[in-house]
Amino acid sequence: MSNTTETATDASHGATETAHGAVDAAHEAASGGLPQLDFSTFGNQIFWLALALIAIFFVLSKVALPRIASVLAERRGTITNDIAAAEDLKVKAQEAEEAYNQALADARVEAAKIVADAKADIQADLDVAIAKADADITAKAAESEAAIAEIRAGAEAAVKDVAKDTAKEIIAAMGGKADARSVTSAVTARMKG
Amino acid sequence: MTVSAAAAPSGLQIHPMDQFKISPLFGNGDVTWWTPTNATLWMVLAVVCVVVMMVMGTSRRAIVPNRSQSIAEMAYGFVYKMVEDVAGKDAVGFFPYIMTLFMFIVFSNFLGLIPMSFTTTSHIAVTAVLAMLVFLTVTIVGFVKNGTAFLGLFWVSSAPLALRPVLALIEVISYFVRPLSHSIRLAGNVMAGHAVIKVFAGFAGVMGIGAILPISAIVAVYALEVLVAFIQAYVFTILTCVYLKDALHPSH
Repeated sequence: MSNTTETATDASHGATETAHGAVDAAHEAASGGLPQLDFSTFGNQIFWLALALIAIFFVLSKVALPRIASVLAERRGTITNDIAAAEDLKVKAQEAEEAYNQALADARVEAAKIVADAKADIQADLDVAIAKADADITAKAAESEAAIAEIRAGAEAAVKDVAKDTAKEIIAAMGGKADARSVTSAVTARMKG
Repeated sequence: MTVSAAAAPSGLQIHPMDQFKISPLFGNGDVTWWTPTNATLWMVLAVVCVVVMMVMGTSRRAIVPNRSQSIAEMAYGFVYKMVEDVAGKDAVGFFPYIMTLFMFIVFSNFLGLIPMSFTTTSHIAVTAVLAMLVFLTVTIVGFVKNGTAFLGLFWVSSAPLALRPVLALIEVISYFVRPLSHSIRLAGNVMAGHAVIKVFAGFAGVMGIGAILPISAIVAVYALEVLVAFIQAYVFTILTCVYLKDALHPSH
């Protein structure tokens, strides 16, 4: 160590001459030994280490760690919310499906009802028409029967007249004298038999 | 400073410890307590790395993170879970403190693996400060939270009465050895690996074509050192959590 630096350090350190002597001895030892055991550099290292640690501590505790903590919390919240939203949507989808099935079933029931109603209507109309047709047919038949009866009665009277006339003619032709009353009764009796 | 090359007459010259020398960044003056040195530079770089990874990496605050944000979140989750699992749920108040230790150590270790760099955690002064911080924190928190009940940590009530004084003595010694082992474990591991690499590199320099052997050895040791860089940061942090658990719940 040169004299100039010696005096300079002496001036700056002032009254620590004995300590300085010790540091000098340490220097001598360090030049051949471990730099780690060079105690003259300890103060320097500890000073800068303290500064570095304080700097890291403030950067971490004031900026980095709260920021990361908030990001992690936010992410956890987002994930939880998303899962909840997904559950919600799933429930809604299930509800929608149920509503759809319900609507489908309702529509089926409605359709069946409409079909049944239509069938019943048609059946009623049909029944009415059939009844009317039946009534018409009955009326027509009765009419026809009446006409037939009339014709038959007409025919019978005609036959009776013809029979009376014929019987009178036959009796006259045979030389007898026809009694109108007895001929009529005879013809009537015959016709009945 | 009288850092002479101590020139050996000839042949093999290996100075595996030169890489740990602390020298001023500007000029060749003395190293006073405020002189910016190579140690200062690499500590500042560690701080810069922490800022880049933890602050700039997370600046998007994205719900779906990109790569850099994922890394920052992974580091956060890794240490947070460690604190919660090892030290207990009531220790999460110490999380920023423990995260600071972890980030500083892990970045110092990895920056130290860059060739020609300086490893701040290879110096006992640095690791001793870190370990003493933990030791003082644990001791103060232990007494503040539990009062004299904290001394129950040394009195193993589950052991037979006759054995308890002996165990108490052992417990007290082990308690005060903690900062020592805590700091030397980190510095020792980092320093040893770097020194071994340097020794092999020295061999490689003089072996000509045979240098392939030490160079493959360097590759293997370097791979191991990458592992050690992370594991030692992890070990330091988890031990801090274990000690903190003692302070918060001193009963055995």
